[in-house]
Amino acid sequence: MPSTTVTESEAKQSMDCRAALAMTSSAQRAWDLLESLSDPEIPVVSLRELGILREVREGAEGLEVVITPTYSGCPAMGQIEDDVKAALATAGLQATVVTQLAPAWTTDWMTDAAKDKLRAYGIAPPHACASAASGSANVVQFAARGAKAEVVHCPQCGSGNTTETSHFGSTACKALYRCLDCMEPFDYFKPY
Amino acid sequence: MNAPVDYLLHLADNALILGQRNAEWCGHGPILEEDIALSNNSLDLIGQARLLYQHAAEQMGKGATEDTLAYFRDVPDFRNYTLCELPHMPLMAATSAGDRDFATTIVRNFLYSSLMVLVWDQLQNSKDAQLAAIAAKSLKEVRYHLRHSRDWLVRLGDGSEVSHAKAQAALDQLLPYTQEFWTTSPQESAALANGTGIDMAALQNDWNQIVSEALQEATLQRPAAGGFVPTGKQGIHSEHLGFVLAEMQSLARQHPGAIW
Repeated sequence: MPSTTVTESEAKQSMDCRAALAMTSSAQRAWDLLESLSDPEIPVVSLRELGILREVREGAEGLEVVITPTYSGCPAMGQIEDDVKAALATAGLQATVVTQLAPAWTTDWMTDAAKDKLRAYGIAPPHACASAASGSANVVQFAARGAKAEVVHCPQCGSGNTTETSHFGSTACKALYRCLDCMEPFDYFKPY
Repeated sequence: MNAPVDYLLHLADNALILGQRNAEWCGHGPILEEDIALSNNSLDLIGQARLLYQHAAEQMGKGATEDTLAYFRDVPDFRNYTLCELPHMPLMAATSAGDRDFATTIVRNFLYSSLMVLVWDQLQNSKDAQLAAIAAKSLKEVRYHLRHSRDWLVRLGDGSEVSHAKAQAALDQLLPYTQEFWTTSPQESAALANGTGIDMAALQNDWNQIVSEALQEATLQRPAAGGFVPTGKQGIHSEHLGFVLAEMQSLARQHPGAIW
Protein backbone atom coordinates (compact mmCIF):
# COMPACT_ATOMS: atom_id res chain seq x y z
CA MET A 1 0.00 0.00 0.00
CA PRO A 2 1.32 3.47 -0.85
CA SER A 3 1.93 5.82 2.06
CA THR A 4 -0.89 8.10 0.97
CA THR A 5 -3.75 5.72 1.68
CA VAL A 6 -6.64 7.06 3.69
CA THR A 7 -6.20 6.75 7.43
CA GLU A 8 -7.88 3.94 9.27
CA SER A 9 -10.52 6.10 10.89
CA GLU A 10 -11.36 7.73 7.59
CA ALA A 11 -11.53 4.37 5.90
CA LYS A 12 -13.98 3.16 8.50
CA GLN A 13 -16.28 6.00 7.69
CA SER A 14 -15.88 5.61 3.97
CA MET A 15 -17.88 3.46 1.66
CA ASP A 16 -16.28 0.15 0.82
CA CYS A 17 -15.59 1.07 -2.77
CA ARG A 18 -13.54 4.04 -1.70
CA ALA A 19 -11.76 2.54 1.25
CA ALA A 20 -9.79 0.16 -0.91
CA LEU A 21 -8.39 2.96 -3.00
CA ALA A 22 -5.04 4.54 -2.55
CA MET A 23 -5.11 8.29 -2.80
CA THR A 24 -2.44 10.63 -3.95
CA SER A 25 -1.97 13.78 -1.99
CA SER A 26 -3.81 15.97 -4.50
CA ALA A 27 -6.66 13.49 -4.51
CA GLN A 28 -6.63 13.69 -0.71
CA ARG A 29 -6.68 17.48 -0.85
CA ALA A 30 -9.58 17.40 -3.28
CA TRP A 31 -11.42 14.98 -1.07
CA ASP A 32 -10.93 17.23 1.96
CA LEU A 33 -12.28 20.18 -0.03
CA LEU A 34 -15.31 18.26 -1.22
CA GLU A 35 -16.02 16.68 2.15
CA SER A 36 -18.20 19.57 3.24
CA LEU A 37 -19.84 20.33 -0.11
CA SER A 38 -23.57 20.31 0.51
CA ASP A 39 -26.44 18.98 -1.55
CA PRO A 40 -28.09 21.76 -3.58
CA GLU A 41 -31.60 20.67 -2.59
CA ILE A 42 -30.95 19.66 1.03
CA PRO A 43 -28.17 21.98 2.20
CA VAL A 44 -27.89 20.49 5.71
CA VAL A 45 -26.26 17.29 4.45
CA SER A 46 -23.10 16.90 2.40
CA LEU A 47 -22.80 15.07 -0.89
CA ARG A 48 -20.50 12.62 0.83
CA GLU A 49 -23.00 11.89 3.60
CA LEU A 50 -25.71 11.28 1.03
CA GLY A 51 -23.48 8.88 -0.86
CA ILE A 52 -23.54 10.95 -4.07
CA LEU A 53 -19.81 11.74 -3.90
CA ARG A 54 -18.19 8.37 -4.38
CA GLU A 55 -14.53 8.63 -5.10
CA VAL A 56 -11.67 10.99 -5.89
CA ARG A 57 -8.89 9.43 -7.93
CA GLU A 58 -5.85 10.27 -9.97
CA GLY A 59 -6.77 9.40 -13.56
CA ALA A 60 -4.58 9.36 -16.65
CA GLU A 61 -5.62 12.93 -17.46
CA GLY A 62 -5.60 14.37 -13.95
CA LEU A 63 -7.99 14.27 -11.05
CA GLU A 64 -11.30 12.49 -11.44
CA VAL A 65 -14.21 13.02 -9.09
CA VAL A 66 -16.79 10.25 -9.28
CA ILE A 67 -20.40 11.08 -8.51
CA THR A 68 -23.52 8.93 -8.80
CA PRO A 69 -27.09 10.12 -9.39
CA THR A 70 -29.77 9.44 -6.81
CA TYR A 71 -32.72 9.03 -9.20
CA SER A 72 -32.06 8.68 -12.96
CA GLY A 73 -33.74 11.98 -13.68
CA CYS A 74 -32.38 13.95 -10.72
CA PRO A 75 -32.13 17.50 -12.10
CA ALA A 76 -29.57 18.49 -9.47
CA MET A 77 -26.76 16.45 -11.07
CA GLY A 78 -25.68 19.32 -13.34
CA GLN A 79 -25.59 21.69 -10.38
CA ILE A 80 -23.61 19.17 -8.34
CA GLU A 81 -21.05 18.81 -11.11
CA ASP A 82 -20.67 22.60 -11.28
CA ASP A 83 -20.40 22.85 -7.49
CA VAL A 84 -17.66 20.21 -7.40
CA LYS A 85 -15.64 22.00 -10.07
CA ALA A 86 -16.11 25.38 -8.41
CA ALA A 87 -15.06 24.06 -4.99
CA LEU A 88 -11.89 22.57 -6.42
CA ALA A 89 -11.13 25.67 -8.49
CA THR A 90 -10.94 27.78 -5.32
CA ALA A 91 -7.92 25.69 -4.33
CA GLY A 92 -6.43 25.74 -7.81
CA LEU A 93 -7.37 22.14 -8.52
CA GLN A 94 -8.90 20.98 -11.77
CA ALA A 95 -10.84 17.79 -12.11
CA THR A 96 -13.03 15.86 -14.50
CA VAL A 97 -16.35 14.87 -13.00
CA VAL A 98 -17.30 11.31 -13.89
CA THR A 99 -20.85 10.06 -13.45
CA GLN A 100 -20.97 6.39 -12.54
CA LEU A 101 -24.18 4.37 -12.25
CA ALA A 102 -23.06 1.09 -10.73
CA PRO A 103 -23.46 0.10 -8.00
CA ALA A 104 -26.80 1.90 -7.99
CA TRP A 105 -27.17 4.57 -5.34
CA THR A 106 -29.18 3.53 -2.31
CA THR A 107 -30.43 5.42 0.72
CA ASP A 108 -28.81 2.67 2.79
CA TRP A 109 -25.49 4.46 2.21
CA MET A 110 -26.67 7.46 4.16
CA THR A 111 -24.79 7.85 7.42
CA ASP A 112 -26.58 7.97 10.79
CA ALA A 113 -25.24 11.48 11.29
CA ALA A 114 -26.85 12.51 8.00
CA LYS A 115 -30.15 10.97 9.06
CA ASP A 116 -30.06 12.99 12.29
CA LYS A 117 -29.40 16.16 10.30
CA LEU A 118 -32.29 15.42 7.96
CA ARG A 119 -34.62 14.94 10.91
CA ALA A 120 -33.49 18.20 12.52
CA TYR A 121 -34.13 19.91 9.15
CA GLY A 122 -37.71 18.59 9.07
CA ILE A 123 -37.29 15.61 6.72
CA ALA A 124 -38.01 12.13 8.04
CA PRO A 125 -34.98 9.96 7.14
CA PRO A 126 -35.37 6.78 5.04
CA HIS A 127 -35.84 3.31 6.46
CA ALA A 128 -33.41 0.59 5.43
CA CYS A 129 -34.33 -0.88 2.07
CA ALA A 130 -31.61 -3.50 1.46
CA SER A 131 -34.15 -6.29 2.03
CA ALA A 132 -36.28 -5.13 -0.90
CA ALA A 133 -33.62 -6.36 -3.29
CA SER A 134 -34.09 -7.86 -6.72
CA GLY A 135 -35.84 -11.07 -7.72
CA SER A 136 -39.04 -11.16 -9.72
CA ALA A 137 -40.85 -13.02 -6.95
CA ASN A 138 -40.18 -10.08 -4.66
CA VAL A 139 -41.45 -7.71 -7.28
CA VAL A 140 -44.76 -9.51 -7.55
CA GLN A 141 -45.09 -9.61 -3.80
CA PHE A 142 -44.26 -5.96 -3.59
CA ALA A 143 -46.95 -5.16 -6.10
CA ALA A 144 -49.58 -7.37 -4.53
CA ARG A 145 -49.23 -6.39 -0.91
CA GLY A 146 -47.67 -2.97 -1.14
CA ALA A 147 -44.67 -1.94 0.90
CA LYS A 148 -44.60 -3.14 4.46
CA ALA A 149 -46.16 -0.34 6.40
CA GLU A 150 -43.10 1.04 8.17
CA VAL A 151 -43.92 3.66 10.76
CA VAL A 152 -42.60 7.04 9.66
CA HIS A 153 -42.05 9.29 12.64
CA CYS A 154 -42.89 12.97 12.45
CA PRO A 155 -39.65 14.97 12.43
CA GLN A 156 -41.42 17.82 14.27
CA CYS A 157 -42.99 16.07 17.26
CA GLY A 158 -41.69 12.50 16.97
CA SER A 159 -45.15 10.94 16.79
CA GLY A 160 -45.57 7.68 14.88
CA ASN A 161 -49.18 8.56 14.15
CA THR A 162 -48.58 9.75 10.60
CA THR A 163 -50.12 9.15 7.20
CA GLU A 164 -48.83 9.29 3.64
CA THR A 165 -50.35 12.09 1.57
CA SER A 166 -48.54 11.18 -1.63
CA HIS A 167 -45.81 8.74 -2.70
CA PHE A 168 -44.22 11.61 -4.57
CA GLY A 169 -43.06 14.90 -3.11
CA SER A 170 -41.16 18.08 -3.79
CA THR A 171 -38.16 16.20 -5.21
CA ALA A 172 -37.86 12.77 -6.81
CA CYS A 173 -36.37 11.32 -3.63
CA LYS A 174 -39.12 12.36 -1.22
CA ALA A 175 -42.73 11.48 -0.34
CA LEU A 176 -45.31 13.73 1.32
CA TYR A 177 -46.52 12.83 4.81
CA ARG A 178 -48.72 14.40 7.43
CA CYS A 179 -48.58 14.05 11.20
CA LEU A 180 -51.97 13.25 12.73
CA ASP A 181 -50.89 14.47 16.18
CA CYS A 182 -49.24 17.83 15.54
CA MET A 183 -50.98 18.09 12.12
CA GLU A 184 -47.81 19.32 10.41
CA PRO A 185 -47.08 18.15 6.86
CA PHE A 186 -43.53 16.89 6.26
CA ASP A 187 -41.28 15.24 3.69
CA TYR A 188 -40.14 11.63 3.99
CA PHE A 189 -36.91 10.64 2.24
CA LYS A 190 -38.03 7.46 0.42
CA PRO A 191 -36.01 4.24 0.76
CA TYR A 192 -34.42 3.67 -2.65
CA MET B 1 -20.36 -6.46 -24.82
CA ASN B 2 -22.79 -3.78 -25.97
CA ALA B 3 -26.50 -4.17 -26.54
CA PRO B 4 -27.62 -3.48 -30.13
CA VAL B 5 -28.28 0.23 -30.66
CA ASP B 6 -31.84 -0.41 -31.84
CA TYR B 7 -32.55 -2.36 -28.67
CA LEU B 8 -31.31 0.51 -26.49
CA LEU B 9 -33.42 2.90 -28.57
CA HIS B 10 -36.47 0.69 -28.06
CA LEU B 11 -36.04 0.89 -24.27
CA ALA B 12 -35.17 4.59 -24.37
CA ASP B 13 -38.05 5.54 -26.68
CA ASN B 14 -40.56 3.75 -24.43
CA ALA B 15 -39.35 5.79 -21.48
CA LEU B 16 -39.13 9.10 -23.33
CA ILE B 17 -42.51 8.93 -25.03
CA LEU B 18 -44.35 7.78 -21.91
CA GLY B 19 -42.41 10.40 -19.92
CA GLN B 20 -43.54 13.06 -22.39
CA ARG B 21 -47.13 11.86 -22.16
CA ASN B 22 -47.14 11.88 -18.35
CA ALA B 23 -45.56 15.35 -18.41
CA GLU B 24 -48.72 16.59 -20.15
CA TRP B 25 -50.32 16.43 -16.70
CA CYS B 26 -47.84 18.94 -15.30
CA GLY B 27 -49.96 21.87 -14.16
CA HIS B 28 -53.18 19.98 -14.96
CA GLY B 29 -53.29 17.22 -12.33
CA PRO B 30 -56.72 16.48 -10.84
CA ILE B 31 -55.26 17.31 -7.42
CA LEU B 32 -51.93 18.85 -6.47
CA GLU B 33 -50.48 15.57 -5.19
CA GLU B 34 -51.20 13.83 -8.50
CA ASP B 35 -49.76 16.70 -10.47
CA ILE B 36 -46.54 16.22 -8.52
CA ALA B 37 -46.69 12.42 -8.70
CA LEU B 38 -47.09 12.30 -12.47
CA SER B 39 -44.38 14.92 -12.95
CA ASN B 40 -42.05 12.86 -10.74
CA ASN B 41 -42.91 9.75 -12.71
CA SER B 42 -42.17 11.64 -15.89
CA LEU B 43 -38.86 12.90 -14.54
CA ASP B 44 -37.77 9.35 -13.71
CA LEU B 45 -38.73 8.11 -17.19
CA ILE B 46 -36.96 10.94 -18.98
CA GLY B 47 -33.92 10.33 -16.77
CA GLN B 48 -33.91 6.66 -17.79
CA ALA B 49 -34.27 7.66 -21.43
CA ARG B 50 -31.31 10.04 -21.17
CA LEU B 51 -29.04 7.35 -19.72
CA LEU B 52 -30.05 4.92 -22.47
CA TYR B 53 -29.66 7.50 -25.26
CA GLN B 54 -26.22 8.46 -23.94
CA HIS B 55 -25.20 4.82 -24.01
CA ALA B 56 -26.57 4.35 -27.54
CA ALA B 57 -24.97 7.58 -28.78
CA GLU B 58 -21.52 6.45 -27.61
CA GLN B 59 -21.78 3.41 -29.82
CA MET B 60 -23.22 5.28 -32.77
CA GLY B 61 -20.53 7.99 -32.93
CA LYS B 62 -20.79 10.37 -35.92
CA GLY B 63 -21.97 13.23 -33.72
CA ALA B 64 -24.89 11.35 -32.18
CA THR B 65 -25.89 12.65 -28.75
CA GLU B 66 -28.83 12.13 -26.44
CA ASP B 67 -30.32 15.30 -27.95
CA THR B 68 -29.98 14.26 -31.60
CA LEU B 69 -31.65 10.96 -30.70
CA ALA B 70 -34.52 12.55 -28.81
CA TYR B 71 -35.13 15.61 -30.98
CA PHE B 72 -33.94 14.89 -34.50
CA ARG B 73 -35.43 11.53 -35.36
CA ASP B 74 -38.81 11.11 -37.00
CA VAL B 75 -41.75 8.79 -36.44
CA PRO B 76 -40.44 5.71 -38.31
CA ASP B 77 -37.14 5.91 -36.38
CA PHE B 78 -38.85 5.57 -32.99
CA ARG B 79 -38.97 2.08 -31.49
CA ASN B 80 -41.43 2.55 -28.61
CA TYR B 81 -44.49 0.43 -27.94
CA THR B 82 -47.59 1.97 -29.48
CA LEU B 83 -49.14 1.83 -25.98
CA CYS B 84 -46.76 4.58 -24.79
CA GLU B 85 -47.75 7.13 -27.45
CA LEU B 86 -51.55 6.99 -27.14
CA PRO B 87 -53.29 10.12 -25.84
CA HIS B 88 -54.79 10.25 -22.33
CA MET B 89 -58.31 9.89 -23.57
CA PRO B 90 -60.78 7.42 -24.95
CA LEU B 91 -60.20 6.42 -28.54
CA MET B 92 -60.71 9.22 -31.05
CA ALA B 93 -59.08 10.67 -34.14
CA ALA B 94 -55.71 12.26 -33.52
CA THR B 95 -56.79 15.80 -34.30
CA SER B 96 -59.84 15.65 -32.05
CA ALA B 97 -59.58 17.40 -28.73
CA GLY B 98 -60.77 15.79 -25.54
CA ASP B 99 -60.33 16.16 -21.81
CA ARG B 100 -57.43 14.26 -20.31
CA ASP B 101 -58.81 11.10 -18.76
CA PHE B 102 -57.03 10.22 -15.52
CA ALA B 103 -58.20 6.59 -15.70
CA THR B 104 -56.49 6.14 -19.09
CA THR B 105 -53.27 7.55 -17.65
CA ILE B 106 -53.42 5.27 -14.62
CA VAL B 107 -54.26 2.10 -16.56
CA ARG B 108 -51.48 2.75 -19.10
CA ASN B 109 -48.92 3.45 -16.36
CA PHE B 110 -50.02 0.30 -14.55
CA LEU B 111 -49.75 -1.95 -17.62
CA TYR B 112 -46.35 -0.53 -18.56
CA SER B 113 -44.90 -0.50 -15.02
CA SER B 114 -46.05 -4.09 -14.43
CA LEU B 115 -43.99 -5.08 -17.44
CA MET B 116 -40.97 -2.96 -16.64
CA VAL B 117 -40.49 -4.23 -13.06
CA LEU B 118 -39.92 -7.60 -14.70
CA VAL B 119 -37.85 -6.31 -17.64
CA TRP B 120 -35.49 -4.16 -15.53
CA ASP B 121 -35.11 -6.93 -12.99
CA GLN B 122 -33.93 -9.33 -15.70
CA LEU B 123 -31.80 -6.74 -17.47
CA GLN B 124 -29.72 -6.34 -14.32
CA ASN B 125 -28.00 -9.51 -15.60
CA SER B 126 -27.39 -8.14 -19.09
CA LYS B 127 -23.94 -8.74 -20.53
CA ASP B 128 -23.97 -5.04 -21.38
CA ALA B 129 -22.61 -3.68 -18.09
CA GLN B 130 -23.91 -0.15 -18.64
CA LEU B 131 -27.38 -1.42 -19.52
CA ALA B 132 -27.30 -3.59 -16.38
CA ALA B 133 -26.39 -0.50 -14.32
CA ILE B 134 -29.24 1.51 -15.87
CA ALA B 135 -31.60 -1.41 -15.19
CA ALA B 136 -30.65 -1.51 -11.51
CA LYS B 137 -31.52 2.17 -11.12
CA SER B 138 -34.66 1.99 -13.21
CA LEU B 139 -35.98 -0.98 -11.26
CA LYS B 140 -35.99 1.04 -8.04
CA GLU B 141 -37.94 3.79 -9.79
CA VAL B 142 -40.47 1.63 -11.60
CA ARG B 143 -41.39 -0.07 -8.32
CA TYR B 144 -42.68 3.29 -7.11
CA HIS B 145 -44.49 3.85 -10.42
CA LEU B 146 -46.16 0.46 -10.15
CA ARG B 147 -47.18 1.08 -6.58
CA HIS B 148 -48.65 4.45 -7.50
CA SER B 149 -50.59 3.30 -10.56
CA ARG B 150 -51.75 0.07 -8.91
CA ASP B 151 -53.09 1.91 -5.86
CA TRP B 152 -55.07 4.20 -8.12
CA LEU B 153 -56.25 1.34 -10.32
CA VAL B 154 -57.78 -0.33 -7.27
CA ARG B 155 -59.19 2.93 -5.96
CA LEU B 156 -60.82 3.77 -9.30
CA GLY B 157 -61.99 0.25 -10.12
CA ASP B 158 -63.34 -0.45 -6.65
CA GLY B 159 -64.61 3.11 -6.25
CA SER B 160 -67.76 4.82 -7.45
CA GLU B 161 -69.86 3.71 -10.41
CA VAL B 162 -68.38 6.49 -12.51
CA SER B 163 -64.76 5.76 -11.61
CA HIS B 164 -65.30 2.04 -12.16
CA ALA B 165 -66.81 2.65 -15.59
CA LYS B 166 -63.94 4.93 -16.60
CA ALA B 167 -61.30 2.48 -15.40
CA GLN B 168 -63.02 -0.40 -17.21
CA ALA B 169 -63.30 1.61 -20.42
CA ALA B 170 -59.61 2.53 -20.25
CA LEU B 171 -58.68 -1.10 -19.66
CA ASP B 172 -60.85 -2.28 -22.56
CA GLN B 173 -59.15 0.21 -24.83
CA LEU B 174 -55.55 -0.28 -23.71
CA LEU B 175 -55.13 -3.94 -22.82
CA PRO B 176 -55.15 -5.13 -26.46
CA TYR B 177 -52.11 -2.90 -27.11
CA THR B 178 -50.09 -4.99 -24.64
CA GLN B 179 -50.08 -7.82 -27.17
CA GLU B 180 -47.11 -6.01 -28.65
CA PHE B 181 -45.07 -6.87 -25.53
CA TRP B 182 -44.99 -10.54 -26.56
CA THR B 183 -44.27 -10.31 -30.27
CA THR B 184 -40.63 -10.41 -31.31
CA SER B 185 -38.84 -7.56 -33.03
CA PRO B 186 -35.47 -7.82 -34.83
CA GLN B 187 -33.74 -5.71 -32.16
CA GLU B 188 -35.07 -7.90 -29.35
CA SER B 189 -33.92 -11.06 -31.11
CA ALA B 190 -30.48 -9.56 -31.70
CA ALA B 191 -30.17 -8.52 -28.05
CA LEU B 192 -31.29 -11.91 -26.81
CA ALA B 193 -28.82 -13.62 -29.12
CA ASN B 194 -25.77 -11.75 -27.81
CA GLY B 195 -26.77 -12.02 -24.15
CA THR B 196 -27.55 -8.35 -23.64
CA GLY B 197 -31.32 -8.67 -23.92
CA ILE B 198 -33.95 -10.92 -22.43
CA ASP B 199 -36.59 -13.38 -23.51
CA MET B 200 -39.78 -11.37 -23.29
CA ALA B 201 -42.04 -14.39 -23.71
CA ALA B 202 -40.64 -15.80 -20.47
CA LEU B 203 -42.05 -12.82 -18.58
CA GLN B 204 -45.61 -13.25 -19.75
CA ASN B 205 -46.78 -15.47 -16.88
CA ASP B 206 -45.42 -13.19 -14.19
CA TRP B 207 -46.92 -10.17 -15.93
CA ASN B 208 -50.29 -11.89 -16.20
CA GLN B 209 -50.15 -12.66 -12.51
CA ILE B 210 -49.43 -9.05 -11.52
CA VAL B 211 -52.21 -7.80 -13.80
CA SER B 212 -54.79 -10.41 -12.80
CA GLU B 213 -54.30 -9.89 -9.06
CA ALA B 214 -54.64 -6.16 -9.42
CA LEU B 215 -57.71 -6.38 -11.65
CA GLN B 216 -59.37 -8.74 -9.23
CA GLU B 217 -58.74 -6.39 -6.34
CA ALA B 218 -60.01 -3.51 -8.48
CA THR B 219 -63.15 -5.50 -9.43
CA LEU B 220 -62.37 -4.94 -13.11
CA GLN B 221 -63.01 -7.43 -15.90
CA ARG B 222 -60.11 -8.41 -18.10
CA PRO B 223 -61.17 -7.92 -21.72
CA ALA B 224 -60.55 -10.71 -24.18
CA ALA B 225 -57.23 -10.52 -26.00
CA GLY B 226 -57.04 -10.68 -29.77
CA GLY B 227 -57.52 -8.33 -32.67
CA PHE B 228 -54.99 -5.85 -33.99
CA VAL B 229 -51.42 -6.30 -32.74
CA PRO B 230 -49.52 -2.99 -32.74
CA THR B 231 -46.07 -2.61 -34.31
CA GLY B 232 -44.65 0.55 -32.75
CA LYS B 233 -41.38 -1.09 -31.72
CA GLN B 234 -40.76 -1.84 -35.40
CA GLY B 235 -41.25 1.80 -36.34
CA ILE B 236 -44.81 1.47 -37.60
CA HIS B 237 -46.81 3.70 -35.28
CA SER B 238 -50.28 5.01 -34.63
CA GLU B 239 -51.20 8.46 -35.95
CA HIS B 240 -50.63 9.87 -32.45
CA LEU B 241 -46.83 9.71 -32.28
CA GLY B 242 -46.37 12.43 -34.89
CA PHE B 243 -48.31 14.86 -32.70
CA VAL B 244 -46.24 13.93 -29.63
CA LEU B 245 -43.00 14.52 -31.55
CA ALA B 246 -44.23 17.77 -33.08
CA GLU B 247 -44.75 19.23 -29.64
CA MET B 248 -41.69 17.67 -28.03
CA GLN B 249 -39.21 18.45 -30.79
CA SER B 250 -40.35 21.84 -32.08
CA LEU B 251 -38.17 23.96 -29.81
CA ALA B 252 -35.00 21.96 -30.49
CA ARG B 253 -35.66 22.08 -34.24
CA GLN B 254 -36.31 25.81 -34.28
CA HIS B 255 -33.07 26.46 -32.42
CA PRO B 256 -30.73 23.61 -33.32
CA GLY B 257 -27.73 23.38 -31.02
CA ALA B 258 -29.12 25.93 -28.59
CA ILE B 259 -28.14 25.46 -24.96
CA TRP B 260 -28.80 27.33 -21.75
